[in-house]
Amino acid sequence: MDALLHISTLHYLVLGAALFLLGVIGVLTRRNVVVVLMSIELILNAVNLNLVAFSRYWQGMPGHFGGPGALHGQVFAIFVITDAAAEAAVGLGILIAFFRNKETVNVDEVNLLKW
Amino acid sequence: MNPVATPFFFYLLAGTMIIGGILVITQKNAVHSALALITTLLAQAAIYLMLYAPFVAGVQIILYAGGIMVLFLFVIMLINMERSVKERQFNKQWLVGIVAAAALGGLLITVYTKGKDLFPEGRMTYGESQNTQAVATLLFDRNTGTYMFAFEIASLLLLVAIIGAVVMAKKRI
Repeated sequence: MDALLHISTLHYLVLGAALFLLGVIGVLTRRNVVVVLMSIELILNAVNLNLVAFSRYWQGMPGHFGGPGALHGQVFAIFVITDAAAEAAVGLGILIAFFRNKETVNVDEVNLLKW
Repeated sequence: MNPVATPFFFYLLAGTMIIGGILVITQKNAVHSALALITTLLAQAAIYLMLYAPFVAGVQIILYAGGIMVLFLFVIMLINMERSVKERQFNKQWLVGIVAAAALGGLLITVYTKGKDLFPEGRMTYGESQNTQAVATLLFDRNTGTYMFAFEIASLLLLVAIIGAVVMAKKRI
């Protein structure tokens, strides 16, 4: 009970893992391209949560890597958000081009490169 | 410093995030999925605040909930998805996908339960009022800015993404 009530780094990691798994299930099983892209956003957010949780963990640690300035996880989370924005823009552009050619948003019909 | 991370708020926000995530991957209508994803992202911003990262929380709200999700909603309204709502939502590998995800989840749970002692809790001695300054120092400072070059590369990445999105979405250039 005490382990449940005292929020530690592990709690955030478990939450991140749960979100990551939800994203993986969405990517693997959905047929709608838009929802697949949203699931990828879920995965990236799970990673961000882990990065910020570890940044918080290292801020409380002594030593060379720890201490108040250990904000590298947060900086990295900002870079991941930038990448997510770029990925969403290009992915949705591809989606529009695909919809213009095929009139569908079904992932299973993206098979031109398959033999 | 008084702890902000009270268990009540943590479990409230975590529950919101998990339920939002489940709704994202189960809703038929993509607009409903997008709204659930926005809820998840806002709850995650609050979790960032509990982790003493106010700058990342602000970026999360402005960029994710404000920028990327608006892009998603625009595209959902640009393309006609009435037909896909009536279709089957999950593909044929749904069972394999869930089994693979469950195996990954079992692996993560094993690692976390074995490695529980690796995460002793340190004491925070750092005010969150200086968080934005400290992040900016890491990003921009002339002497201590470790990530200045990476920051410039990120701006180049965004430029390429803008050009790529325009080239993809435009009918004829």
